[in-house]
Amino acid sequence: MSSVLYDTPGPRAKRRNLVYTIGFVAVLALVGWWVLAALNDKHQLDANKWSPFVTDSKVWTTYLLPGLVETLKAAALAILIALPLGAALGIGRLSDHRWVRVPVGAVVEFFRAIPVLLLMMFAAALYREFTTISSDFRPLYAVVTGLVLYNASVIAEVVRAGVLSLPRGQGDAAVALGMRKGQTMLYVLLPQAVTVMLPALVSQLVVIVKDTALGGALLGFEDLLSQNRQITANYGANTIATLVVIALIYIVLNGILTNLAGRVEKRLRQGKKSAAAAIPAQSAAPEIEAKTISGA
Amino acid sequence: MFDFLDSGQYDLLGAFWVTAKLALYSAIGSLIWGTALVSMRVSPVPLMRSFGTAYVNIVRNTPLTVVLVGCLLGLNQTLSITLGGERSEDIGFRLAVLGLVAYTGTFVCEALRSGINTVPAGQAEAARALGMSFTQVLTLVVLPQAFRAAVTPLANVLIALTKNTTVAAAIGAADAAFLMKEMIENEADALFAVFAVFAFGFIVLTLPTGLILGWAAKRLAVKR
Repeated sequence: MSSVLYDTPGPRAKRRNLVYTIGFVAVLALVGWWVLAALNDKHQLDANKWSPFVTDSKVWTTYLLPGLVETLKAAALAILIALPLGAALGIGRLSDHRWVRVPVGAVVEFFRAIPVLLLMMFAAALYREFTTISSDFRPLYAVVTGLVLYNASVIAEVVRAGVLSLPRGQGDAAVALGMRKGQTMLYVLLPQAVTVMLPALVSQLVVIVKDTALGGALLGFEDLLSQNRQITANYGANTIATLVVIALIYIVLNGILTNLAGRVEKRLRQGKKSAAAAIPAQSAAPEIEAKTISGA
Repeated sequence: MFDFLDSGQYDLLGAFWVTAKLALYSAIGSLIWGTALVSMRVSPVPLMRSFGTAYVNIVRNTPLTVVLVGCLLGLNQTLSITLGGERSEDIGFRLAVLGLVAYTGTFVCEALRSGINTVPAGQAEAARALGMSFTQVLTLVVLPQAFRAAVTPLANVLIALTKNTTVAAAIGAADAAFLMKEMIENEADALFAVFAVFAFGFIVLTLPTGLILGWAAKRLAVKR
């Protein structure tokens, strides 16, 4: 892609690129040196702040891994509930009946417009006031509720875009075969739409994993992020080291998911070449992609 | 039901004003930073390309909450960086803008990159045939078209950013989410009313953005 913008460098361009590279390295080194000096100044680079993560397995077994399990639990619950709910909302929004289409559309647009954090805080207060869920589980419930409400409406839009991206002929042909509306959706449209939607759905997982951290910072949910308080309290104010380790775990986890989404998309695109261009995924993809980027 | 609004105890407009300011400053900052990042990602210098790619992949996969908490605990409390703010709300606000720009810049970069992909290769080739340098090709021919093609994804980034400003409550910026947390605690009996007020506020902030920019995307789209 990028090679369109410039020619294969000749001798002059190579020299110029070398100058840019050196300049860029100098800037990076300067920033890096400044950061390291600042860290060193506050004794954040001392070996004893970082060594627990390598030498002391208790940091992992007592804090980091249980936190990660909580994070994954919330994310898994949220996706398990949000997927069918989102599919139902997406199909509802495509309904032929106005009285189904309009309210479902309103619900989807409402929950998409509201920050997940507000939904979580509202859910937490709701559970505290009106239910008997014990305070140990309340943060998990609140986080999952917030995630489900928001992500179900995002998934609904993904499903809708996926179904709309199919050629009209598919639905018409199903009608010509005498299929009922439910059958058309279930046997003809949805199976095809799922392949178009798959990359978007996998990348939505990244959004869900990232958003669980909101509960850790603001709702007392004992997820991966919230472990930094415990660790820094027990291992000598190693804030930066702890946050770096926690961030790295998130980055690796989400990196795997992003990679997976990319691989699925690539496979679908390859499959398309052989199986004729039945589904115009290319035109639908940006639509779907754009809708999944939102974070909190 | 809504009598807590009249009590004068809560500065609702002030809180939403902070949210709007957070969104505006972060939007401007991340547009600049995102453009810089995308220029690096498509530049002919391999080192800049790999830096851009690495930065985007790392920051995009970090939760915004971790970025902002890192700004507060790491930059402020450990390294005593205040960004010139004096009161704790000011510091929280400035750190939040910094964190939001660092995070949202990656999404702006990706939106612009998809915009660059829509520019036909022939355009860049023609520009090169006219003897333009890489910088000229990028700034005079490719980026202007990329921006016009990327209005829709950029609008989505802006809407996401507006909603993401609520995370700044985690580091004590006195924004809408921060006030909502306080109000939920004090006005537990008016829970639904409190939620309705804040939900309405965010719909007012995000809906016009989507509509205006959706209209702009149609107007600005390069007809090919």
